Amino acid sequence: MATPLPLTAAPATSPVLARLRRAVSQVLVHGFLLAGAVFMLLPFVWMLVTSIKPPAEIFSATLSLWPRQFYGVENYRFALTTAPLLRFAANGIFICGCILAVQLLVAIPCAYALAKLRFPGRQLLFVLTLLALAIPVQVPALPLYIGLANLNLLNTYFSMMVPFFLSVFAIFLLRQFFRGFPDDIISAARLDGMSEFEIVWRIVTPSAWPAIAAFAVFSIVAHWNDLYWPLIVISDGKLAPPPLGMMIFADAETGSNYGALTAAATVLTAPLVVTFLFARRHFIAGITMTGVK
Amino acid sequence: MSALAMTGGGRMLRRSGGRQAFIEKLNGMAFCLPATILLLVTCLVPLCVLVIISFTRYELGDLDIRFVGLANFSKALGDPVFRRSLFNTLLYMAIVLPGSVILGLLVAVLVHGRKRTRSFYEIVYFLPVTSTLIAMATVWQFLLHPKIGPINAFLQLVGLPQHAFLSDPALALPTLAVVGMWQLIGFNMVLFLAGLSAIPRDLYEAAEVDGCASAVDRFLTITWPLLGPTMMFVIVTTSITAFKIFDTVAVMTRGGPMGSSEVLLYAVYLEGFQYFHTAYAAALTVIFLAFIVVFAVIQTFVLERRVHY
Repeated sequence: MATPLPLTAAPATSPVLARLRRAVSQVLVHGFLLAGAVFMLLPFVWMLVTSIKPPAEIFSATLSLWPRQFYGVENYRFALTTAPLLRFAANGIFICGCILAVQLLVAIPCAYALAKLRFPGRQLLFVLTLLALAIPVQVPALPLYIGLANLNLLNTYFSMMVPFFLSVFAIFLLRQFFRGFPDDIISAARLDGMSEFEIVWRIVTPSAWPAIAAFAVFSIVAHWNDLYWPLIVISDGKLAPPPLGMMIFADAETGSNYGALTAAATVLTAPLVVTFLFARRHFIAGITMTGVK
Repeated sequence: MSALAMTGGGRMLRRSGGRQAFIEKLNGMAFCLPATILLLVTCLVPLCVLVIISFTRYELGDLDIRFVGLANFSKALGDPVFRRSLFNTLLYMAIVLPGSVILGLLVAVLVHGRKRTRSFYEIVYFLPVTSTLIAMATVWQFLLHPKIGPINAFLQLVGLPQHAFLSDPALALPTLAVVGMWQLIGFNMVLFLAGLSAIPRDLYEAAEVDGCASAVDRFLTITWPLLGPTMMFVIVTTSITAFKIFDTVAVMTRGGPMGSSEVLLYAVYLEGFQYFHTAYAAALTVIFLAFIVVFAVIQTFVLERRVHY
């Protein structure tokens, strides 16, 4: 655009016009993007602002952004003492950690076998994996619930985690990744007398680090935010992960104490959002992995 | 390529004796054993059980199983609550799908052209994707509050009529759809950005030489056709996400007011885990699964096409 073509005999005013047009389009583009940005940020800003406002100011329904009286300590103290918010967050960390660990322990060897080993049933297992990829947890939920109820396992951490121990998505993703791993290196390791077990964990797995990191983000975000399954199997508030905890807290707070509610929302949203701000690339890669791959 | 390498490896193994191949088989099966067991126990067996239950009159705690054929399904078809929830789910999809795909594309195209401000916009638009939707739904509930919510305060300020967004039957579902779009736009933006960065820059330069001067022309002649596969993919992913709407309904409206925001998964949840009409809920889940399967088939088809593109 900067270099006018020799064919078009440009009049002298053209650079000025071009610059003007550029400026107008810049204003329009940024105007649109900023308006969208306001829409995106509005709930976050209002959450933070409301969490430090006193009830009187919240109920006055004014549009003032900054509180006249700082009431943050009271709101956060109330939220933290009425509901075990830190416990909910700790539950979330524990559940996400256990699920991710088991998912990787189960998926990595399976993905390696599907990618590099020849054994009977390989095709069948791969096809079943692809089928299972399409099935959301809401589908097996009823039978799983009945099974867990019969085993007296409802209302346990285990019941919250068990449907997610197998991630067919992890198997699928890692298999794609492992297929690209050079066969020569694996053969050389075998000739050196390494067992397949050692090859998987000491040679192939470290090479898949980017895929594993992206999957970890995907898994943690999905299970930190999952409501449906915990809502079904958990009735004991002490075991609740963050979304269920938030729901229990909101139900208990019938007096619409929005100062405390937004304080609680801030506490439970912060861990992921802060991690996102620090590890943006990994986050975007991980969450959108389903789309890009 | 890797298939060739695989047969090559196989031949080498055969030369060194069947023992090696036997060990490989054993290792392969052993490595897949935990995954296979979990696949059966947490997915395939429950799936079969679900379908069987949907043909019975089973309720949680029953000892005997009586088959009733398609009774649950015909009951669902005649059930006004189910029909309304299916209709609402599709209506929700009909709002969220075009909204979040078009806006996601628009934002992506505009953000793609930024240099210094690109990462700022990326962060801001992606923020809702990383946040805990349940917590943010509570915040939205406050924002939309008829009396003390800032949105109504703003409407009053600029002289527009105020609305009880979540307790007006005509507005509840569209309002939930706006919240759904709020969460999906950033996700779709990132998918589109990935698609956009795969388009070679010199194509745009070539188009400019050929007379495609305006940004709109360039978008229509290059970006749009080359973005086709990404577009199809985003549409399918968004459809599935929108079809699975549950969280915002559970927190913000609970299906109300007057059933105007009842959706499929919420109906399944109520029937199966609140009223314990297990068999009926199983039939509803099978219907839910049928929709998901249709989306998945489209997705596989689209992915196939994407490979050959």
